[in-house]
Amino acid sequence: MTDYKIHLLICGGTGCKAAESDEIKKQLKHWIEEVGLEDEAQVVFTGCFGFCEKGPIVKVLPDNTFYVGVTPADAEDIVKEHLIKGRTVPRLLYKDPITNQQISDSKGMDFYKKQTRIALRNCGFINPESIDEYISRDGYAAMGKCLTEYSPEETIKEIKESGLRGRGGGGFPTGLKWEITRKSEADQKYVVCNADEGDPGAFMDRSILEGDPHSVIEAMAICGYCIGADKGLVYIRAEYPLAIERLKTALNQAREYGLLGDDILGTGFNFEIEIRLGAGAFVCGEETALIHSMEGLRGEPTFKPPFPSVSGYLGKPTNVNNVETFANIPVIINKGASWFNKIGTENSKGTKVFALAGKINNVGLIEVPMGTTLREVIYDIGGGIKDGKGFKSVQTGGPSGGCLTKDFLDTPIDYDNLLAAGSMMGSGGMIVMDEGDCMVGIAKFYLEFTLEESCGKCSPCRIGNKRLYEILEKITNGNGEEVDIERLKLLSNVIKDTSLCGLGQTSPNPVLSTILNFEDEYLAHVNEKKCPSGQCKALLKYDIIEDLCTGCTLCFRNCPVGAITGERRQPHYIDQLLCIKCGVCYEKCKFNAIKLS
Amino acid sequence: MTKIKTLADLRRIKEEVQSKIKLRENSNHPEQLVQVKVGMATCGIASGAKDTMKYFVDELEQQAIDAVVTQTGCMGYCYAEPTVEVTLPGKDSVVFGYVNKEKAEEIIDVYIKRGELIDGVIPLSFKTIDD
Amino acid sequence: MDTILLTIDNKPVVVKKGITILEAASSTGVHIPTLCHMKLDDLNIENRPGGCRICVVEVEGRRNLAPACCTEVADGMVINSHSIRVINARQTVLELILSDHPADCLICAKSGKCDLQDMAHHLGIREIHYKGEQSTYREDTSPAIIRDVDKCIMCRRCEMMCNEVQTVGVLSAINRGFNAVVSPAFEMNLDHSVCTYCGQCVAVCPTGALTEVDQTAHVVRALSDSSKTVIVQTAPAVRAALGEEFDMDPGTLVTGKLAAALRRLGFDYVFDTDFAADLTIMEEGTEMLNRLSRFLEGDKSVKLPILTSCCPAWVKFFEHQFPQLKDIPSTARSPQQMFGSIAKTYFAEKMGIKREDLVVVSIMPCVAKKYECGRDEFKVNDNPDVDYAITTRELAGLIKLANINFSRLPNEEFDLPLGESTGAGVIFGTTGGVIEAAVRTAYELYTKKPLPKLDFNELRGMDGIRQATIDFGGFPLKIGIAHGLGNARKLLAKIESGESEFHAIEIMSCPGGCIGGGGQPYHHGNAEILKKRQMAIYQEDSNKKIRKSHENPYIIQLYEEFLGKPMSEKAHHLLHTQYFDRTSGSSH
Repeated sequence: MTDYKIHLLICGGTGCKAAESDEIKKQLKHWIEEVGLEDEAQVVFTGCFGFCEKGPIVKVLPDNTFYVGVTPADAEDIVKEHLIKGRTVPRLLYKDPITNQQISDSKGMDFYKKQTRIALRNCGFINPESIDEYISRDGYAAMGKCLTEYSPEETIKEIKESGLRGRGGGGFPTGLKWEITRKSEADQKYVVCNADEGDPGAFMDRSILEGDPHSVIEAMAICGYCIGADKGLVYIRAEYPLAIERLKTALNQAREYGLLGDDILGTGFNFEIEIRLGAGAFVCGEETALIHSMEGLRGEPTFKPPFPSVSGYLGKPTNVNNVETFANIPVIINKGASWFNKIGTENSKGTKVFALAGKINNVGLIEVPMGTTLREVIYDIGGGIKDGKGFKSVQTGGPSGGCLTKDFLDTPIDYDNLLAAGSMMGSGGMIVMDEGDCMVGIAKFYLEFTLEESCGKCSPCRIGNKRLYEILEKITNGNGEEVDIERLKLLSNVIKDTSLCGLGQTSPNPVLSTILNFEDEYLAHVNEKKCPSGQCKALLKYDIIEDLCTGCTLCFRNCPVGAITGERRQPHYIDQLLCIKCGVCYEKCKFNAIKLS
Repeated sequence: MTKIKTLADLRRIKEEVQSKIKLRENSNHPEQLVQVKVGMATCGIASGAKDTMKYFVDELEQQAIDAVVTQTGCMGYCYAEPTVEVTLPGKDSVVFGYVNKEKAEEIIDVYIKRGELIDGVIPLSFKTIDD
Repeated sequence: MDTILLTIDNKPVVVKKGITILEAASSTGVHIPTLCHMKLDDLNIENRPGGCRICVVEVEGRRNLAPACCTEVADGMVINSHSIRVINARQTVLELILSDHPADCLICAKSGKCDLQDMAHHLGIREIHYKGEQSTYREDTSPAIIRDVDKCIMCRRCEMMCNEVQTVGVLSAINRGFNAVVSPAFEMNLDHSVCTYCGQCVAVCPTGALTEVDQTAHVVRALSDSSKTVIVQTAPAVRAALGEEFDMDPGTLVTGKLAAALRRLGFDYVFDTDFAADLTIMEEGTEMLNRLSRFLEGDKSVKLPILTSCCPAWVKFFEHQFPQLKDIPSTARSPQQMFGSIAKTYFAEKMGIKREDLVVVSIMPCVAKKYECGRDEFKVNDNPDVDYAITTRELAGLIKLANINFSRLPNEEFDLPLGESTGAGVIFGTTGGVIEAAVRTAYELYTKKPLPKLDFNELRGMDGIRQATIDFGGFPLKIGIAHGLGNARKLLAKIESGESEFHAIEIMSCPGGCIGGGGQPYHHGNAEILKKRQMAIYQEDSNKKIRKSHENPYIIQLYEEFLGKPMSEKAHHLLHTQYFDRTSGSSH
């Protein structure tokens, strides 16, 4: 077995590859051989380190030296200075932008690690089907601590002091919610875990339940202890079979150990959890709709107040929190509120999990401290925009959120900042769009989702969103007028102002935020009948460039509607009235003679 | 399973499991007790993690390599699924991305058996609650 | 009483704690328009889904507008009920609703009585800025009710009536988003569902989405056919409500004008269902006494309590929901059907009219009566005992069509012999009336003594479930009354579990009884109207010279000339019926 003493890790992420990391690897290998270290040092490509803005990156193990902005010409110095003489190459070290100090990253500095995993602490580490592994990582210790050392009031105080806010989207202070439910007097109360994750492209809660189900179980029991409930319910969509399976396994294990059931840890506290399956209606993520669905009624929201904390499931006080919120609880208890509330911004403590998706290199599940900027998330963690294209917009908050421009890239992510920027935190979907995305089309996409998922109970959401959608369709079909943009705004504001639940109150956000930030695109569609991103099919125009056309007749023979005419060896012509914009001519032409505009 | 009746019981289990893990991590026999974790969340499974896991189980057994292959949840690197974490005794764990059969074969031959890193290592770019 | 201070439209007002903004505004004379909201005071019926969003108001400090119908007042609340923002929101929301509503008001059955039309007028809608696709659904026609849900605005009133009040559970919101609509499950037809045709959905529908099957054209055709003798019967509750259609105050009795109008419409004989109500008492009362005396003699095969069977929706309800109890209700047919049966036998023979040349029309406060007269048990050689049942509303339409100045009509009498009735027959129109009429007769037949007092106030009222014990010459007769099928269900559950101690129970499907029937002039959520109709019914009773069914001279004559005695074989054949288990298969 070869036993390399030194490893040189070169980032092989898309961004760094584009910046010649292949050549760097070659050069490093070359110099290692040159100095005869080939049996001591190995050079390997790694996945993206994040921190792409400072790439290409070379990390030297075992001493964890982190070189940034490396060029092929630097290979010689790295080998000769660092490997042979054991001296770092100062010019390649990262300079802290604030202190201007060079950092060599002795382990523990981790300055390039933008993520902090709290809710995801066990995801990808433990076997989710082993309660022992969970226990080995402090599992159920928080519950034990609460049951034996803390009164419910003290526990709630700890949660309140931690500053934890609901991660499902609303951002209501969790401790306060627990306190209100505790104070509601009733013979029976319930703890409900909302696992009805439904934003397009979001899978934070599913991953937590699949990777660390016990953390949610433990937190629900703590919540039950605090509010005075002995019954918990997990409302989870049936489309999450693996999460349901893992949760069931975890529940059985917890029961077998006596960590659920009667007289838990000999403290006299009883707690049981049941699973309720939802049919996957987005609106059932709204807590009153969720409760009605669990009661066997149509999943539609009812007016609040009364809030579930006063009158919820079966009319009893019910505390509803989402999966990620619960997953934070045991850590807060174990490490203390004062540890937790040091992370994040003034009014948004802790971390937030995001499902990073769209036109981004490192699509993935990430968890960052509140206050991390969008730029850090998109470039340092996400590895930047795919295919080297330019960034256009980032959508947060799912169908309730908004599209933010590059002007907001340096906005620290927290509840208040995103709201102020015209979007919202939401449950954690984050979709990145590049310059090829049509923002009118994006607004239409989200509205189509809302349209499908509205329960139809209140008029503005049921009919208003349909009308918004129709106007957007009119615009993307090239039939829009300037007054339509005004109508979109007016109608959006009334829908927000009058809808019954959060779904309708936020459904026009994608429309409003795209009009606010990308009005020029709307105007281009409406006035010039042009889609600047070339995405709106109806607005595309295929033309034949006479000078380039050889009259080969290939387009003529392939056009499915006979819209192309012309003599052999003569320039051809596309009849715009007949053209259905299928793009076949564009694909078939061997002479680049078809122009798309 | 015996019931955990007190906090002391809970602590005992925690210590038992932890000492088992330590024993494995501190082993001086490189080819013994290799630990392989396969990311088996919905995303991983959709990308073929089940086949990958089966391959590791079968192949390591056939080659008589003393290894523990377990499943784990989503590691977060959706762009590089299936993902696999390999811990050789006495070494830091290493995460590999895009682990199909071919890659798995390479991991066994090059990393597990020879201890050489291979291209495609995913650097862990996050802090944990213990950092 | 706890009160709080708030400001509505710049005026400080003191209101009760715990009420809604809508109630607070109304108590200070501020009218906030509502569309989906409906509250029937005293009947414990309220529809408050907060769905239409017409009643939104501005509350200072709130991000969005608040629905007045659902939002509870709070101390110091500052409310603006008609700001520009509010008016714009209301108009826009209404425009949206109208944008998904057929604009066929000119020919809509609900035109002129439509809450949506009124609202469009009230909010001054002159243009719909947001036009687009309209939802279309298959029209669903049943024997009694037509569902034209293109006109549904999702107010959910019908759903609330069907589920909460009647506990029938046929109507509920289905589909999502723009396609959401109130419908039977899987969009099945009403006549395949367990619908009882009580018509309470029709009674509360604010638009033309739910209406009765209009049969006025058939009636007009029959009247113009010289080969037919067309006779009409009119139910007790009609006379207490028809005046409302002609702008008379609710509770105005129009019995005389009603008879006059029917005569002017060209009916050959104008009779009264009240006559048949008296006949019902003879049969049902006798059946009750039979069962009671056998029970008291220790006959274990006798089932008590006996349940009334006048209400066709109630009959269909227990056939679907409690078929195991189908031998408990009285076998007596309803007054409508007794009338038809006697008309096409006794009367036809007497007048020498062939059955097929006699057309019997009934004027009913009810839409289920349309279904009832189509039931196979009530046909002879496919010829129904009652040919057409039209509602109070349809009759009003006919009167207007015939250009009859209703309010100026003289008071006229019903024709004889089937037009004579007693006070007992009249009170069939209200909850508690059938059982009171039965008690008046049964008491005298049982005790062989005249009643000391005819008004049984203990049986009257509007409470959903009532009970009373009547001293039957030393025997305490325990009586139960329920109106609204949800209340009926509660009593039936008690009978099933053996908890019930009642000897006799009266059940009417509609809240208030027939005065609140699905075919009556629309009450638009005003429960006072129902109470006034009820008062009118009791007033008509006390005005009557004869107030006990068994003293109706023409009833006596009918038995002497034709039927023999109550429960005779002939009576059994013509005046009694049987019930079916409808738990499987189609409902009719």
